[in-house]
Amino acid sequence: MLHTVNKSPFEKNSLDTCLRLAKSGSEILLLEDGVYAAVKGTAVEQKMRQALSDYTVYALGPDLKARGIEEDRLIDGIEVVGYDGFVDLAANSDRIQSWL
Amino acid sequence: MGNGVKKFMYVNRRAPYGTIYALEGLEVVLIGAAFDQEVCMVFVDDGVFQLKKGQDTAESNMKNFSPTYRALGDYDVNKLYVEKESLEQRGMSEDDLLELTYEDEDDDYKEKPSIRIVNREELADLMEQQDVILNY
Repeated sequence: MLHTVNKSPFEKNSLDTCLRLAKSGSEILLLEDGVYAAVKGTAVEQKMRQALSDYTVYALGPDLKARGIEEDRLIDGIEVVGYDGFVDLAANSDRIQSWL
Repeated sequence: MGNGVKKFMYVNRRAPYGTIYALEGLEVVLIGAAFDQEVCMVFVDDGVFQLKKGQDTAESNMKNFSPTYRALGDYDVNKLYVEKESLEQRGMSEDDLLELTYEDEDDDYKEKPSIRIVNREELADLMEQQDVILNY
């Protein structure tokens, strides 16, 4: 299953609930303000590193760029995808859950 | 203050693109600047992301309004307080922020930085000194 998270982890608990309920082996795509969770050195880095052992985590490139986040600031293991990659992830998943 | 000038503080707590708060707040500050009040801005929580340098919205088809913050100095909005604790929680430092300056007309129009990093105690004290506080 593909999970998308579009809220900042510092403002909403969407990411926490996603991580609590997503089955191991799922894909998680961070987009819009959700991409702030992908950055190194933040208060949620440890949580994300933990998540990377259970899930494949992606971040949407255009949303990173809009927010001025360079790819070298991302936690290792998080994969950057474009809109085409987003479409592929969605098309290849039997189900999608959007954590708003 | 008896001359009709009030101290206005605009508190920004939202990231720039996920919601419209940041852009609306900035527009209100620019409009309000026409009224010759004493204005400062605060960036706390996700509001610090508004000042992140290097924003590029070309691929996401949104309006990049981060260059607009550079205009604030020309409107005599030259006190932008950024909470240190909010930066640290987000893995950021002053180096991550836009370089915003203003010309100090009381000091031979010298260019000076508009952004001031403050800790939470300093920020709490600043809030106590205001006449009007508006949150976005």
